[in-house]
Amino acid sequence: MTPTLFGRIQTRLFTLGTIGVVLTALIVPVLPGTTGGLGATYKTAYLILLAVAVVGVGWELLYHLLMQFRWDKDWPTLFGLVTILNEGALMFLLLRAGVVPGIGGKVAVSTFVTMFVFVWMGVWLVANGPLRVPFVQWRLRGGRFL
Amino acid sequence: MQASHAHGDLTPQLIGTPIWYDQAVAAAGIPIYDVPMVSVGGGLGSFILTDVLRIQGAPASAIKVVSNSETPWQSWEYLTRVSQLPAHERIRSDAGARPDNLWGFPSYALHEAWQDKSLALVWQVLVEPVFADFFSPRAGTVFATVQKEAQRIGYWDMLASGQVRMVRRRAGGGYFTLVTPPAGTTPTKRIAIRSRYVHLAVGYPGLKFLPDLQEFRETHNDYHRVVNAYEPHEHVYEFLKSRPGAVVVRGAGIVASRVLQRLIDDRERLGLQTQIVQVFRTYIAGTHGPGVWMRRKGGDGWAYQAFTFPKSAFGGQLKAQFRAAQGDKRKELSKAVGGTTTPRLRRWQGQLQRGRQGGWYHAVQAIVEKVEPTRDGRLLSHIRSDNGQRNQIASDFVIDCTGLEADMAEHRVLADLLQNGGARRNGAGRLAVGPNFEVLGAESGDGALYASGAATGGNHFLAVDSFMGMQTAALDIAADLARRGFVRRLGPVRSTGQWVKWALGRPV
Repeated sequence: MTPTLFGRIQTRLFTLGTIGVVLTALIVPVLPGTTGGLGATYKTAYLILLAVAVVGVGWELLYHLLMQFRWDKDWPTLFGLVTILNEGALMFLLLRAGVVPGIGGKVAVSTFVTMFVFVWMGVWLVANGPLRVPFVQWRLRGGRFL
Repeated sequence: MQASHAHGDLTPQLIGTPIWYDQAVAAAGIPIYDVPMVSVGGGLGSFILTDVLRIQGAPASAIKVVSNSETPWQSWEYLTRVSQLPAHERIRSDAGARPDNLWGFPSYALHEAWQDKSLALVWQVLVEPVFADFFSPRAGTVFATVQKEAQRIGYWDMLASGQVRMVRRRAGGGYFTLVTPPAGTTPTKRIAIRSRYVHLAVGYPGLKFLPDLQEFRETHNDYHRVVNAYEPHEHVYEFLKSRPGAVVVRGAGIVASRVLQRLIDDRERLGLQTQIVQVFRTYIAGTHGPGVWMRRKGGDGWAYQAFTFPKSAFGGQLKAQFRAAQGDKRKELSKAVGGTTTPRLRRWQGQLQRGRQGGWYHAVQAIVEKVEPTRDGRLLSHIRSDNGQRNQIASDFVIDCTGLEADMAEHRVLADLLQNGGARRNGAGRLAVGPNFEVLGAESGDGALYASGAATGGNHFLAVDSFMGMQTAALDIAADLARRGFVRRLGPVRSTGQWVKWALGRPV
């Protein structure tokens, strides 16, 4: 991909707000390690998704800076995949530190990893191909929808 | 009475009039045919625009493509083949740049992986460019997929055979495209197509020759030993198979890389003794660029870049920056990212490394002052390097790999457009076009004249001469035509519906 800064942010918010929301809805009922009712798990899961979106804007700023060292000003497909590691790790630490608003209890490692990997992989796969189908100009405008 | 011109041919009056009246054309006996949109060229530029227009709802009957080419890939296929890129070799183009598929999904990498039943290509596109070279499709994949799409959109019904002589504005709006159909196919020598819209995608006017080589060819009438890589030169490789020889390669771009690959492939496969000297006018010794944020890799003479421009020029940061920049800033950007480059492919690196070690490949920085024939039937290149040192290189052949003609006025239709059509040149000498690729100054009433491809370089978009660049132009032209009511908008619903039809191979 060859995103611009605004393209990155828009793509992140749009994909998490659509594909991310749907995939979260699908995975929550089968998440391992949950305690409490389904409603509570949904609430926690969507709060995590929201946190990933918000913190993600910060990550995008960093990625954009790093991309400037690349002559092609591109963001290889592989980078979009491996950044699951740093982003997942930070989000988990934030959860454990109890600083994600609205999430009081402890989120189990298995719960977090299952949800995070599932949603991330889904968003990454869609962003690397199928997203171009409804939005022809998206890839030609550095990932901007607007 | 014998007129000075045949009935149905151009008259001096028409030639001298920039804006034509219907009556004047009819009075010359030139039959007039009506169609809303004419695309002049008939190469990939015309094909890509018609593809987008058809997808956006234009019926095939509303478009005529006027061309001497029988297929949209004919000219490109010829140029790639003679410049050492036969159908099975990989071109220099991104996986997502598919002239047959404006969405770029599934990419050519997935397409070829499916065809070859090979996961290796999927792996390559996943880890490129970090752990593998950028994926590029085979030339043959492009021909085959374009052929399939041409069939799907009814391209052959839109194609009209003929040589376009000129495009003139019409009094009352729109244009006349004056065509010379193949001899004997029409009662008159010329026909005129009256249309509201015209699109020009005429490609390169011809081959560009280095001045000293052109002089050699003309002075010594020798077109055998000094050749351009874009003209057939198979005899060079055949000669080298029959006896040991030396070749001077001029140029540092993708074509030079391919010619070197061919020479070295033959050398290694057939055990030849070919000696190669490459002359770099600008020798790139290492990483270069104006600052820490703009450093291009280079070395051993070459400037390395995966594609003709940095990848973001096609649809990312550089595209946006360039579009927003004005005047000097644009020139500065263009200079920083321009220049001759070639991809740093592992295969080529290995070949040249072996050549250097074996002493049969030499790279020199120099300008060539002149080339002369020697008494024993060879060539002597007189060179001067930047440090003033003079030298001579003897060889059996010189292969000029420096490129295609970029002077648009060499093309008859464009020259006429500049002289009579209101069009003007931009700072780079190409056609000045607006943000929708409309040729500035060539408007005619409610009609519009658009251009895409090489002729539109030097405007708001760098990568005009590429698959993705031509798709960008086509989408922007189609968006403008949608505002004018000629086609429908390409929103998410139509786009998805049309993609499904594409995927199923159904007509648009």
